[in-house]
Amino acid sequence: MTRLFISRDSTAISLGAEQVVNAVKQQAAAKNLDIEIVRNGSRGLFWLEPLLEVETPTGRVAYGPVQPEDVGSLLDSGLVQGKQHALYLGNIEELAYFKNQNRLTFARVGLTDPVSLDDYLAHDGYRGLKNALVMQPAEIVKHVSDSGLRGRGGAAFPTGIKWNTVMNAPADQKYIVCNADEGDSGTFSDRMIMEGDPFVLIEGMTIAGLAVGATQGYIYLRVEYPHAGIALNQAIEAAKQHGYLGENIQNSGKTFHLEVRRGAGAYICGEETSLLESLEGKRGLVRFKPPLPAIVGLFGKPTIVNNVISLASVPIILDKGGDYYRDYGMGRSRGTLPLQLAGNIKHPGLFEVAFGMTLRELLYEYGGGTASGRPIRAVQVGGPLGAYMHPGQFDTPLDYEAFAAISSVLGHGGLVVHDDTVDMAEMARYAMEFCVEESCGKCTPCRIGSTRGVEVIDRIVAGIQKDKNTVLLRDLCDTMTFGSLCAMGGMTPFPVLSALNHFPEDFGLSPAKP
Amino acid sequence: MHDYQDQKPTVLAILDAHVSMPGNLLPILHAIQDNLGYIPTEAVADIASTLHLSKAEVHGVITFYHYFRETPPGQHTIHICRAESCQSMGSKALENHAKQTLGIDYHETTADGQFSLEAVYCLGNCACSPSITIDNDVYGRVSPEKFDQLLATHQGAE
Ligand SMILES: Cc1cc2nc3c(=O)[nH]c(=O)nc-3n(C[C@H](O)[C@H](O)[C@H](O)COP(=O)(O)O)c2cc1C
Ligand code: SF4
Ligand code: FES
Repeated sequence: MTRLFISRDSTAISLGAEQVVNAVKQQAAAKNLDIEIVRNGSRGLFWLEPLLEVETPTGRVAYGPVQPEDVGSLLDSGLVQGKQHALYLGNIEELAYFKNQNRLTFARVGLTDPVSLDDYLAHDGYRGLKNALVMQPAEIVKHVSDSGLRGRGGAAFPTGIKWNTVMNAPADQKYIVCNADEGDSGTFSDRMIMEGDPFVLIEGMTIAGLAVGATQGYIYLRVEYPHAGIALNQAIEAAKQHGYLGENIQNSGKTFHLEVRRGAGAYICGEETSLLESLEGKRGLVRFKPPLPAIVGLFGKPTIVNNVISLASVPIILDKGGDYYRDYGMGRSRGTLPLQLAGNIKHPGLFEVAFGMTLRELLYEYGGGTASGRPIRAVQVGGPLGAYMHPGQFDTPLDYEAFAAISSVLGHGGLVVHDDTVDMAEMARYAMEFCVEESCGKCTPCRIGSTRGVEVIDRIVAGIQKDKNTVLLRDLCDTMTFGSLCAMGGMTPFPVLSALNHFPEDFGLSPAKP
Repeated sequence: MHDYQDQKPTVLAILDAHVSMPGNLLPILHAIQDNLGYIPTEAVADIASTLHLSKAEVHGVITFYHYFRETPPGQHTIHICRAESCQSMGSKALENHAKQTLGIDYHETTADGQFSLEAVYCLGNCACSPSITIDNDVYGRVSPEKFDQLLATHQGAE
């Protein structure tokens, strides 16, 4: 029997993976071919999806992008033996854009069957947990601190410090909450982990539970990700059945329960305190801090709130040690970041590399420039609250501090590329509009300021008292920056001001000095 | 057509199944919408009395979240992504095309009850923008032509 691999990742599905699976099944049956189709995660090279891989005695061979109408000729030319074809790609792992990555967190994504516990164990899964089960909590936290891991959800707060706080907070009950709200445009790494290797997230959360003495975990999953929900629940079920979740984990006497909860389409519920309100069954209004969730979190108890990638990076740290992870990266940005290339880009996808590569390398060497073939004009990094960067800034290394130094945000590592047809005044207006739509409504600068922001931009673009309104817009951005309770109102000025500063001509103002 | 007396047993069963769950309001609202397609106004009183909340509190939660709806959807619900990555690949033109073809705006349902149109901000499918969903299925690189084909295959289909 020959094993074929076709991804169950929702981007592969959005390009027709199900139809390819059906065509392969039907036509292989008609030819009496002895095959099994494994639904794996995606390798993250989305311009090649739907990708089909075949296991041969000399390794895996890939074909892509495959459409249902290609299946006949693929089978005829010896797909099952890994023979040549117009769509033949060879071993995916040997292609430059795959080989040059540093796949630590995503090591298994696209390789294994995401919901097979056996496959997970066969590919080094649960080795981190095995080590953690014989450690003292402080020792686990020390590994995480030593690794230099900083929160991958946006703010880059040191994960070890957060865990230490929760570990030291005395309480009868503590919680681990995974922030799987991933609302930022241009980001999909959380989704890919949950769909492509859900066990690594489950393992990371279990280790977090051991580290701080929490027996209950919740994954707050955005409702826009139904496929991730299915994969997570299948994996949780398998982990429970084999003693990796629940009471007495692997006969250690330790307990950890895990449940997936669905969000309901509110961007602000990605903000950690708003997320906790939502989990408690309320409207997602942002809480004042302090107290920090690490002290007073879910249902008033000490709670770790971590991003999916932060938690999914923990198993390899506990498997290979904090130092191993820290040896990747630059400056205070340690380890790897799964970068996500989206928008108008020739080779969109997920590339996990150590911190330090420049934006230019990523955009051109990996991304191949725009999909439209036109020049890149602007790149928004770090989601809807991130700044627009212009080509003069493309030599900035991917490093939290280097980005902050030029008033940009690396955030979640998502990049949205725009070619030279983009209207940056329109993008600035959209940033304000998004804030109107998604503000939780608690504070005035964000709630009212964003509505005024849309109006002021409209007036500038219409040429009404341009100079006066430009001053007013900057003033308004200042008020939002300093008067908002959370980063929704506080960071909306990043995209707006960067558009205004770098691309004033789109607002009908004189061009920026080079 | 939608008689709450017919729906009430479903709502009560859902409430019953979730009473002891911590933070149960969102799971309850999801279960109701999964089963009935929306959250009937009359259900609010039942939810409120079971959870010892005021009707205003329950209503406040329903309206805070974009995903929950208080009116029945059409046969198929189309969500079009309006976020940045999809914009960079032409989602504005796609939105206009969709509205014109269906003859409705966002939050509306076609007169024949076939399609409801909703906006969404990112489906995590940004690598293949522009993206839409029809019911639970995601579609990437959706041109106006592809949109028309998708409409045709869903027209009249359950
Ligand atoms: C408006 C807003 C939206 C956010 N959305 C997310 C999100 O979708 N996912 C996420 O992990 N963090 C998000 N964050 C950051 C969280 O508040 C929090 O910092 C993070 O979950 C902490 O986890 P980490 O330390 O592992 O990054 C958001 C913050 C703000 C202000
Ligand atoms: S800044 Fe906006 S989203 Fe954040 S708390 Fe204030 S009103 Fe809510
Ligand atoms: S921006 Fe449209 S799918 Fe992400």
